[in-house]
Amino acid sequence: MALLRRELALAWGRGGGPLLACAFYVTMATLLPLAAGPSPERLGVVAPGSAWVALALSTLLSLERLFERDFEDGALDLLALAPAPLELVCAVKCLAQWIAAGAPLALLAPVVSVALGAPVAIAPLTLVCALVGALGFAFTGGLGAALALGSRRGGLLVAVIVLPLFAPPVIFGAGAIDAYVAGLGWTPGLLLLCAYSLAAAALTPFAMAAACRNALS
Amino acid sequence: MIASVQVRDLGLVRGGRRLFRGLSFGLQAGEAVALTGANGAGKTSLLRALAGLIRPAEGHVGFLGPAGELDPEEARGRGLHLLGHHDGLKTTRTAWEELSFQALWTGGTEASARGAMRDLDLERLAELEVRMLSAGQRRRLALARLVAAPRPLWLLDEPLAPLDAARRALFGELMAAHLKGGGLILAAVHDPLPVPARALELVA
Repeated sequence: MALLRRELALAWGRGGGPLLACAFYVTMATLLPLAAGPSPERLGVVAPGSAWVALALSTLLSLERLFERDFEDGALDLLALAPAPLELVCAVKCLAQWIAAGAPLALLAPVVSVALGAPVAIAPLTLVCALVGALGFAFTGGLGAALALGSRRGGLLVAVIVLPLFAPPVIFGAGAIDAYVAGLGWTPGLLLLCAYSLAAAALTPFAMAAACRNALS
Repeated sequence: MIASVQVRDLGLVRGGRRLFRGLSFGLQAGEAVALTGANGAGKTSLLRALAGLIRPAEGHVGFLGPAGELDPEEARGRGLHLLGHHDGLKTTRTAWEELSFQALWTGGTEASARGAMRDLDLERLAELEVRMLSAGQRRRLALARLVAAPRPLWLLDEPLAPLDAARRALFGELMAAHLKGGGLILAAVHDPLPVPARALELVA
């Protein structure tokens, strides 16, 4: 509990915290019409998908240094020498990241996609998808951040590791939203997305803890 | 909890280079050991190996409680403090926020953190952000965690280097009190410790 509070405070304050990711997200949404042309028909088609991609990228932006700072200033030693297992520590860090950075982004997602011309009716589904997807992004991104610990050019490594892990939630989430727009069944996509995020939350802490131990030794 | 530490035939290899081999020593409750050695002799690595953060190339580290051998994971998670070169303090948080977190995290309470703040003469600094503190003040804040969360084994890496003479004496009293209560201290130092200590020199 003490750890969750600290991580929330840190995630909130880290380099502009969620504001930076949100600003990045809004910037991308503003630039898209300029790049793709302002015609509403075209924007309406790409809006949900691009909002979704922007969400994935802005999550990555705030995740890169999730473990790096604790590693550099010695706090990771302290976190490792506690009654609580390191796996739990990693899970709490990602959870705090989800609450502090993922949730504000998810709240922004329906706003952005509607502003880009997507039908208002899909806003609730976008919100749910973004919330669940951000959970998956937080945990898989945390795995990338842990694996890149202590390496030079860690940021590049994070992007390379995380790319294939980010692909399934993007496909499932965008698929569910597309199916909803087309009037098809959207539940399978959403359920797959939930399954992916929960599996990530359950499995990646073990890999993250192993990566942290490896980086410490 | 930990009543003694037994190190047998320990050997460490870092980055393909052998630091030392065949190191054996014991540490009993109430005893302090001053670990000396040239730069790069492996003092820090030895402390980290005892804390379980580095896997030794060979040898054995055992923790004994009053009732016999302890589970090493358990003993390390609850029974030791490691204070390294890096204080593990976040520069953007206040001294009090960091100390209270570290105390809670390592098994202390808010009240004990407040007490430690008093013991180490940190009360005036409580509301300052860590980045505003001097090196000596930061070290005192890090040392406060040892007092705030009682754990028997202290592994200290150059604990006194940035402290002034008065604060060294102050921390010496805290160390003496810890030893009196059955604590164990292993400290890597270049200057003598302010408490009576057995010497252990690392030679390659």
